[in-house]
Amino acid sequence: MQVPILKQGRYLIATIQAALSDEDLLQLRSTLLDRVVHFRSRGVVVDVTALDVMDSFATRTLRDITYMIRLRGADTVIVGIQPEVAFAMVQLGLTLEGVATALDLEEGLAHLEQRARLNP
Amino acid sequence: MASKRAAEVSQPTSPQSTELLRELVAHLRQNRTQLREEWANRITEAQLLTAMTKEEIFAEATSVYDNYVEALATGTFEALQAYARNLSERIIPRGVETHEVVGIVLLLRDVLARSLFAKYQADFTKLNRILDAYEPAANRIANTVAVGFVQERERVIRQQQEAIRELSTPVLQVRERLLILPIIGVIDPQRARQLTEQLLRGIRTNRAKVVVIDITGVAAMDAAVANHLVQTVEASRLLGATVIVTGLSPEIAQTIVNIGVDLGKMNTVGDLQGGIEQAERLLGYKVIPVAELALPT
Repeated sequence: MQVPILKQGRYLIATIQAALSDEDLLQLRSTLLDRVVHFRSRGVVVDVTALDVMDSFATRTLRDITYMIRLRGADTVIVGIQPEVAFAMVQLGLTLEGVATALDLEEGLAHLEQRARLNP
Repeated sequence: MASKRAAEVSQPTSPQSTELLRELVAHLRQNRTQLREEWANRITEAQLLTAMTKEEIFAEATSVYDNYVEALATGTFEALQAYARNLSERIIPRGVETHEVVGIVLLLRDVLARSLFAKYQADFTKLNRILDAYEPAANRIANTVAVGFVQERERVIRQQQEAIRELSTPVLQVRERLLILPIIGVIDPQRARQLTEQLLRGIRTNRAKVVVIDITGVAAMDAAVANHLVQTVEASRLLGATVIVTGLSPEIAQTIVNIGVDLGKMNTVGDLQGGIEQAERLLGYKVIPVAELALPT
């Protein structure tokens, strides 16, 4: 299943709408990395509100995406992790270290705005 | 005498005992008014059900009596069980004790047995056979009512425990986007789990950015619970909220160091005041005394 990636001003928004296969995740990774440079985006929001489970591969890929996008010159924020999912992840030791997280899309965009203000 | 009765009990012929029960029930229905009254009097004498008025006792006695006879007649206990539960529901809030409920049912058993003695005293064999039919049924009834009462009580206790548990972990909003979670008392694994659940849900519903967990009121916690606390902090971060833990006692500090938590992940401040101040800084608030504002610059 394809993940739609929307451009919103200086930011990209990727909304994951259903559980993704490993291949879909890798596809998302390469598409995002391309688009970030193509649109000269300042930040990326990955919305995982619809996911009710996050396995280790998904978590690791999201972390990798964040790191790689940082190397391409933009910030990433993961938004909408459900409370149950968050606790399950922590119990499995998947804590998304070094990755910014926010409550929802609005918060995520606010976070990116703030980052942009700090380093214009 | 006992041996003779035992011999008869050992071969209960069911059609015969059904016949006897029918006769018994007929007797109880016939003497309903008198027996019921006697029973109510005995209850008052024994100073049971003191929380209820005489009229109430009489009214309850009537329906218990009818249900009792009904159970004897049909041999089914569902109706009685339902009634016992209903009765318990009504009288438990008025402070009726277990011994009172058991007491009144045993009194009824005695009153009825006495009336059987009186009726069949001439025919000893018949009396024995009647008692053989009556006693097991009466015992079962007493059992049913007592168990019904105790179960109802336990249900009430469970409900109250649940209520206490929910009260025990309030998640409070102090400012827009700032929650505090004061924890007092012992944290067992179940409470820890509930606490996490309420906090994570609270973060979502209040759209909190910063949470202050104050554990001044917690004297000690074991490694498992400390670990759970750390996990809660990390899970909150995944929801986009920063957690500040305040008021760690020396013992808890020791526990947390012993389980080897990466302190970079945990934001701790000495006391609740300091925690709230730091939270306000994180949220971009600044508290200025009115007097200072009024000063001419």
